[in-house]
Amino acid sequence: MLLAELRMLYRRTMVRVLLIVLFLIPVLLAVAVRFSGGPGAGQGPTFLDQVSHNGVFAALAGLTVCITFFLPLTVAVVAGDTIAGESSLGTLRYLLTRPAGRVRLLGVKAATVVAYTLSAALAVAIGGLAAGAALFPIGPVVGLSGTPLSLGDGIARSLLAAVIVGASLLGLAAVGMFVSTLINSPVGAMVITAGIEVAGLVIQGVPQLGFAHPWLFNHHWLAFGDVLRTPIYWSNIGRDLLLQVGYVAVFGAAAWARFTTRDVLA
Amino acid sequence: MPRGAVFGFLGPNGSGKTTTIRMLLGLIAPSDGSWQLLGSDMPGSAMRTLPRVGALIEGPAFYPWLSGRDNLARLDAAGPDGQRSTRAARIAAALQRVGLEAAAGRKYRAYSLGMRQRLGLAAALLRRRELLVLDEPTNGMDPQGTREIRNLVRELASDGTTVFLSSHLLSEVEQVCTHAAVMALGRLLAQGTLAELRAAGEARLHVGVDDPVRAAEILAGLGLADVVVRGGEVTARLDGTVGPERCNRELVLAGVGVASLVAERPSLEDLFVALTGEGFDVAR
Repeated sequence: MLLAELRMLYRRTMVRVLLIVLFLIPVLLAVAVRFSGGPGAGQGPTFLDQVSHNGVFAALAGLTVCITFFLPLTVAVVAGDTIAGESSLGTLRYLLTRPAGRVRLLGVKAATVVAYTLSAALAVAIGGLAAGAALFPIGPVVGLSGTPLSLGDGIARSLLAAVIVGASLLGLAAVGMFVSTLINSPVGAMVITAGIEVAGLVIQGVPQLGFAHPWLFNHHWLAFGDVLRTPIYWSNIGRDLLLQVGYVAVFGAAAWARFTTRDVLA
Repeated sequence: MPRGAVFGFLGPNGSGKTTTIRMLLGLIAPSDGSWQLLGSDMPGSAMRTLPRVGALIEGPAFYPWLSGRDNLARLDAAGPDGQRSTRAARIAAALQRVGLEAAAGRKYRAYSLGMRQRLGLAAALLRRRELLVLDEPTNGMDPQGTREIRNLVRELASDGTTVFLSSHLLSEVEQVCTHAAVMALGRLLAQGTLAELRAAGEARLHVGVDDPVRAAEILAGLGLADVVVRGGEVTARLDGTVGPERCNRELVLAGVGVASLVAERPSLEDLFVALTGEGFDVAR
């Protein structure tokens, strides 16, 4: 069933378009830097000023640009659609009488969301690496600690950064799946989840609400940059992943409690 | 309901037919009480029982961006008992059974209402079932389709499949069902074999005669109640003590010319209206 579900996910036009757009964002970024000369050192989003020296940085710059808004937005769309989408089509009642099993169905849907977040983050990184290699010189990466890394190591760490970004979106994805079990309208679930994401951004931007910041799902979203330190500085990444595990546990349990007991009328 | 029966489930709109089906299949939980399906307690046995049940609930529902064939494959892959090795053959057989082979590769989005209904039936026929629950299976179908569905239901029943047919088309139920039940306002009003249900209503004698007044006197004299003269026709209630043969003989011996004589059992429709009322308003 998982295989069939994954095939369905990647066959959907919506998902394909999202992945292509995510792939193109760092490409666009690299093209802009190539033809405008790029920001001076220390200006613009993190890593963007380095792109003209070394194309590998286009992947990290792309991740930095996407993680704050667009990437979580697409996760809200895919996670919000999981149960509410089936419910609004009416296919949920046929899956449940098949019987797919409510817990099993929720688990399979969660697995597809994980697959999506990872593919989405990797699409950005791969787009960045491809555009960076095509438009700029690439070579050994000078990490944030000043130690040079070999080109292969640099690319591997960019992909690792993408995996970390994908994982740090799982908290929001769990929230989205929970919302999706609450209502029958996929668009409604997407909008509510996206609203929660924006609310998170706003709260993160208000210093007076600093007490809440460490508990927000987006607090450590930029921690992935630490993969460029030698040795990799795991502290913030670890805190990020722990936070995501917490969100997944809480909202996953809520989604389970809701979905296994609800009346399916649609 | 007995195994192997074709069970007609009747009731006006809003009487609780679909709610009963949803509950039966574990989609909603009853506010009170318990239920069994194929002899096992539900919903505990759902994973073992439901694979043996094919269902068409409140019309078909599929993914518009997948073809008919892919939709069936996805549904088959989503639960137990759907062997992958036989999947393609089972899908082809089910599509052929509902006459949809030609449109199997087309996207569900492009299907007409009747084709969607057929695909829903094909999904219910993907595996061998002990019980088929069909909610308004001929909704939106052309006359040929309706006829084919009737034949299909008869064929399945003769293979030993029990069919639970929810419908408001009384003629449909009358033609294919062996048993029936009538619901209204969430309550079961009557159930039994079709013959039993009909017997519950009163039969009436209709005679066309040349001398209605004289005929009425004779029928009343035989002890028939509720004798009504309407034009050239006299009707009376048959209570079972005096048969129609006897009435005919008495009329002819008395010199009354009999043009026609019918002992009419109440139709399912009469019974239905008698049980659920005449009103047009949706209940509650």
